[in-house]
Amino acid sequence: MVRELTCIICPMGCGISVTSENGKITGISGNTCPRGEAYAREECTNPVRTVTTTVLSTDGRPVPVKTEHPIPKSKVLDCMKQLDSVRVKLPVKIGDCICEDVFGSRIISSANCG
Amino acid sequence: MELVIIGGGPAGMSAAVAAYESGVRDMMIIERDEALGGILRQCIHNGFGLHRFGEELTGPEYAWKYEKQVKELGIPFKLNTTVLDITPDKTITAVNPEDGVFTIKAKAVILAMGCRERPRGALNIAGTRPAGIYSAGTAQKLVNMKGFMPGRSVVILGSGDIGLIMARRMTLEGAEVKAVCELMPYSGGLARNIEQCLNDFKIPLRLSHTVVRVFGKERLTGVSVARVDENRRPVPGTEEYIPCDTLLLSVGLIPENELSKSAGIALSGVTGGPEVNQDRQTTVPGIFACGNVLHVHDLVDFVSEEAETAGKKAAEYIIGIRKKNADVTLKTDGRIRYTVPQRITEKSDVNVYFRVGDVFRGACINVYSGGRLIASRKKARVAPGEMEVIKIKKELIPDSGELYFELEAKK
Repeated sequence: MVRELTCIICPMGCGISVTSENGKITGISGNTCPRGEAYAREECTNPVRTVTTTVLSTDGRPVPVKTEHPIPKSKVLDCMKQLDSVRVKLPVKIGDCICEDVFGSRIISSANCG
Repeated sequence: MELVIIGGGPAGMSAAVAAYESGVRDMMIIERDEALGGILRQCIHNGFGLHRFGEELTGPEYAWKYEKQVKELGIPFKLNTTVLDITPDKTITAVNPEDGVFTIKAKAVILAMGCRERPRGALNIAGTRPAGIYSAGTAQKLVNMKGFMPGRSVVILGSGDIGLIMARRMTLEGAEVKAVCELMPYSGGLARNIEQCLNDFKIPLRLSHTVVRVFGKERLTGVSVARVDENRRPVPGTEEYIPCDTLLLSVGLIPENELSKSAGIALSGVTGGPEVNQDRQTTVPGIFACGNVLHVHDLVDFVSEEAETAGKKAAEYIIGIRKKNADVTLKTDGRIRYTVPQRITEKSDVNVYFRVGDVFRGACINVYSGGRLIASRKKARVAPGEMEVIKIKKELIPDSGELYFELEAKK
């Protein structure tokens, strides 16, 4: 089986072909760097995404946040649901921890607010 | 004052830091908004800074890298301050709530005002005038900075990066994005954004489609989309009604150059920004331009780089360095729409940035000087959405005349 992917690691967006037999990856081509190969392998076995969104501060202002590490792609919308009820006390600085563990990643502030 | 920088976004901040590092102290950044950072403040998605910092940053994180330097170096900046006018002799008139209207006479000026979105009025979409039609950037500001959702069921016109990013953003916040329509047969956005913003959420991308009519009295109730032919004309009989309460427009960015005009700067009819030389100096000596006010960039990393050049060269201008040992005009074949810079006045290694007008495969970019090929670069694929660069070595730059940029390719 051949699966065609678009690499999302950098703005080049290389087209990558992943060949597999019985669920085992037998070939990866089209990538122009090792990170592309790693992405393709991961995308076919355990696809992950970094989530960037906002949570509300206690005074109602949105605070930009992100997952510190990529989380499973299938959990992105569940991650959004979990963050719905979060309220942050201002001020926050870039890198401050907002939630300890959401699907295996910390949620950290990605802007200075307040 | 020696140097005034108009705009405190990524271009303005990077130019300011570079000018400071080149010895300028008597300087000021003037920013219209309530904080430094420019448009990056509302671009909360990641993907910024891979070239420059080797890491994936969000917009506010990228902006902070420069804001921190501006603050640590003690570079003065005025917020909530709008520049009203620049004269050709570099007198700047500005206004803010504390100082009222005031003027500054500057030795050098760096224009870093950015760009704005092409509005609905420029599109001639038929129909009523209901609420619910926003430019994609306005919607981005509402969602990310004000905490308001502009709507629940959405059609997006235009598949540039802002449109794609907003398709994902609206989906994450619970809206249903029914389609992204693109007039052209290809997307103007990065391939990675089609993958992670549309395909991840199974949002359909409808190439060669446009919105031909909007419906609704008070609020938008739906849009009619149609296929377009090779001349981008809607094909009768292909109209399809899509119910929605929101239409987002991501249909192009226009460099914001009203101030440049009042300063008497020559603007390029293609980029909409000033015509500049390799130093990013405009046709008015001592006025420089960088970032999206000069030409619309797809990556902020290149904005920062360009702004560094402008900042450094403005500093040289202020201390009286005038190097002119060439007078070369850069011309293009039309397949290449424009180059920045448009002129070369000094024999130094010059990175020439350019954009093409269509998608080409197996492309070869050739640069000729007096009929002689002096530089060449192969690219598997070039597209209007992706800025390209070719380096011209200083020893190949002629004293005068033209450099001709030509694209050889299959369409």
